Amino acid sequence: MRYEAPGSVDEAVKLLADANGAARILAGGTDLLVQLRAGMISPEVVVDIKNIAETEGITADGGGFCIGSTVSGAAMGEHADLCAAWPGVVEGVELIGSTQVQGRATMVGNLCNASPAADGVPALIAAGATCTIVGPKGQREVPVADIPTGPGKNSLANGEFVINVKLPARPANASDAYLRMIPRTEMDIAIVGAGVNLVLDGSGTCTEACVVLGAVGPKTITVADAAAALVGSKVDDAALAAVAAAASAAATPIDDKRGTVAYRTKVAGVLASRAATIAAERARS
Amino acid sequence: MNEQPKQFKWVGTRAIRPDGVDKVTGRAMYGADLSLPGMVEGKVVRSPHAHARIISIDTSKAEALNGVTAVITAADMPVADSKPVASGEAMINFKDLANNVLAREKALYEGQAVAAVAAKTADIAEQAAALIVVNYEVLPHVIDVMEAIKEDAPVLHDDMFTGGVKPKPEKASNVANRVEFALGDADAGFAAADLVIERQFTTEPVHQGYIEPHAVVADMNPDGKVDVFCSSQGHFMVRAFCSQLLHIEMSKIKVTAAEIGGGFGGKTTVYLEPLAIMLSRKSGRPVRMTMSREEVFRGSGATSGAAMTIKMGATKDGKITGAYAELYLQAGAFPGSPVGPAAMTAFAPYDLANVKVVGFDVVSNRQKVVAYRAPGAPISEYGVESVVDELASELGIDPIEIRSMNGAKEGTQAAYGVKFGTIGFQETLDAAKATEHFKTPLGPNQGRGVASGFWFNIGGESCAGIRINEDGSISLTEGSPDIGGSRASMALMAAETLGVDYNKIKPSVVDTDATGYHFVTGGSRVTFATGMAVVEASKAAIDELRARAAQIWDVDVEGVVWEDGHAKPASTNVGDFEPMSLAELAKVANKTGGPISGHADINAKGAGPAFGTHICDVEVDPDTGHVTVLRYTAVQDAGRAIHPGYVEGQIQGGAVQGIGWALNEEYIYDENGCLENAGFLDYRVPVASDLPMIDAIIVEVPNPTHPFGVRGVGEVPIIPPLAAVSNAVAAATGVRFNRLPLSPPTILAGIAAKK
Repeated sequence: MRYEAPGSVDEAVKLLADANGAARILAGGTDLLVQLRAGMISPEVVVDIKNIAETEGITADGGGFCIGSTVSGAAMGEHADLCAAWPGVVEGVELIGSTQVQGRATMVGNLCNASPAADGVPALIAAGATCTIVGPKGQREVPVADIPTGPGKNSLANGEFVINVKLPARPANASDAYLRMIPRTEMDIAIVGAGVNLVLDGSGTCTEACVVLGAVGPKTITVADAAAALVGSKVDDAALAAVAAAASAAATPIDDKRGTVAYRTKVAGVLASRAATIAAERARS
Repeated sequence: MNEQPKQFKWVGTRAIRPDGVDKVTGRAMYGADLSLPGMVEGKVVRSPHAHARIISIDTSKAEALNGVTAVITAADMPVADSKPVASGEAMINFKDLANNVLAREKALYEGQAVAAVAAKTADIAEQAAALIVVNYEVLPHVIDVMEAIKEDAPVLHDDMFTGGVKPKPEKASNVANRVEFALGDADAGFAAADLVIERQFTTEPVHQGYIEPHAVVADMNPDGKVDVFCSSQGHFMVRAFCSQLLHIEMSKIKVTAAEIGGGFGGKTTVYLEPLAIMLSRKSGRPVRMTMSREEVFRGSGATSGAAMTIKMGATKDGKITGAYAELYLQAGAFPGSPVGPAAMTAFAPYDLANVKVVGFDVVSNRQKVVAYRAPGAPISEYGVESVVDELASELGIDPIEIRSMNGAKEGTQAAYGVKFGTIGFQETLDAAKATEHFKTPLGPNQGRGVASGFWFNIGGESCAGIRINEDGSISLTEGSPDIGGSRASMALMAAETLGVDYNKIKPSVVDTDATGYHFVTGGSRVTFATGMAVVEASKAAIDELRARAAQIWDVDVEGVVWEDGHAKPASTNVGDFEPMSLAELAKVANKTGGPISGHADINAKGAGPAFGTHICDVEVDPDTGHVTVLRYTAVQDAGRAIHPGYVEGQIQGGAVQGIGWALNEEYIYDENGCLENAGFLDYRVPVASDLPMIDAIIVEVPNPTHPFGVRGVGEVPIIPPLAAVSNAVAAATGVRFNRLPLSPPTILAGIAAKK
């Protein structure tokens, strides 16, 4: 196995493209190293992208934010403006692993690893984030929702990698939230995750909403009916009950060692409704 | 905690542990830390099948691989007789043990070792392991204990006929043994009751979860002498088991105890050690073997899962009149579940006239069960303490009060045979009742549970040496691997007895060539038994010191007393001599007969039974079934806390392991009988953020047979939590689950069923 640490986007793209599928990208490495040690993967080349300037830092971007693909969860958690604007996105990322893991793990790594249970993803999709992909054919901008295509699979073509994620500008009275269910309190993998992003008007009526579930299907599930139940409501009990019902109805979980269909279906509704409540409280304050 | 009045200078203080600095700075040598010149790395090949006949093993490709120094299979190992052999207090069937370390005819669980290799690097060993071709005939398997006892269940051992049953059964089955204990007439007891409650319970097998995986370095010389360095709960156990399995005289095996990163009973047997010796013999080199965490889960022991029926009757004023328990404990692939102690301890906290307990030891295609903290007791006492709680709640009696009314006290005849001497159960109940915790009101969706626990504690063989060095410092040697701070406790007891400064004493756990036989660090015995040896060795040294002073003063030894670290004339009649300190006597030892020491090689008797009472508050999320432990208080009779800090540590650690057992720990098998959660991600022990601070309250009702009153503390605290947590969950939800673990899906389903 070869380790490469290119200093530019072009070099990285070339290394990846030349490996023709036998390369793996190393950012935080908190998934990659575990997979290597467990013998799940044996790449010919590991391409470390942390020396590439375009993958670094969190910058204000036209009212929104541009977050480099090698930015750690800890760095996101320490960015006051980002936390104020997108608390749900940040709290999702901060649930990944332990404090030590947070120092390395990246949101983009979590996205590209394409686990159905990824905590960093539902709120990011609910936020309407996009990401910048570079590759042999140049640069393209795609919604983050298009990256994971199934468990462990993503839509990146040979030679491509993500250099940043862009979160849009925020209107007034907007906020988000992410909740997950695990049997413990940390160091665990979500049995159900729910991200909610919403915007209220001056009177507290919801004008925009997006509800995204994790860990209850092969990919995240965007629940249009739950969003529809919120829009036009004051995020009251009736709307929240409709959100819960819609989320449970949309969930398509499986039975596995981490949870049952019945449990995940019920809790998807519970968490969607609770995340909506928290997002609305944050938007009002 | 309640500090005792100062009757001792050193005993009862929170001295700094002598092994602490090396442990916190990473210098301490654990099992995998030794590296020897020319050392090679060993690797185990494990069965991928839950139950399979081994048709053939082809090792030729592995042997041909460059860098491979040895390959072994069961063919390299002597065949052992199938009969129990006494090894210390334990009875060991070495045929079963041999098969468990290296399968011979059949693999009886997924993860069982079937071959091993040694090679110059771990990578080559890994490659060689993959080149070993084992031809299996896969057989039907059975995992669950109640499935295993069915008529048509796959039988693991065709030569196993249920013991303890007359006449002997004609058909082999998975039931290895039946045990029974009775006192009075249980049925008459139920007839006299106003309320009888009978419930079925199940618990899942749980792993000891020690942080340090098994690890060993073995080095056999050309003349057949063996050095073994490993992490275990008893290096004398390792010596005895390897000697027996490999037909090597004990004197030729020297085992050095590495520091141990947790054992909890799980390191009271061997897995890698005999394999490493065999690989070293074949390689002509030192061999290191370490298990990965996954191997620890797949290839090393858990404690039993169980199914049981508990029936108890009481009068309307709360007097328990009859008790019955039927216990089925899963032993894993070979007989030897802790059904005996489970049956003996089940009702032991109570003073009952009419009791019957029946227990069954059942094999199935799982890892061979090995000891885990108070083996068996948490299981049976969980069922009993749940029914006691339900009796209390049905009768409208306070849960501590009903235990107090019926609790064992001095003179109580226990169903398992003994009549209790001085015990402190009532004192733990009184202390629990007096806590602010027990009186604090609860909020919505919250519940409080109380449960008690009993464990025998044991004594056994231990040795100690006190060597007084020329400068007056003291080397203390013993052979009980230090798991919970025992070196500190030994030094405290020696300091107290000798009347010298604790810091003048250096305690060491020495190798098997340097001291006599010690039974394992287990059974909560070390502070009691090895402590007793240390006190006796200290007294022997004192007698020698007195004799030296008598010689110097030219008086009879009876005329010299030992007080506060000094030899003094017993009275003015003896003469007017300046007291001589231990250091002064040591300095002139060469003129009075040479080195001064004291030794004791004992089999300690009179271990003190111990009890604990725990209070647990939980909050249950009614919509997700998630349980939060809000507050936890553990009260325990320690007899005497030699080092209160480490007693509290034992109590807290035991409580946490019990909470994990109650809430989330379980093995998940797929349809082929293969383990799906062989790691700490999905085998969920509690993490720090899951728990409140465990408040430990030490009660001291001294054990009259120990010089300082020690009972033993390590095991009792894991017993009450299972029922304390489940009783709290029942109070919070209004649902009695009667099964563990109380994981969120179980709780949510239970709440939904109630509605």
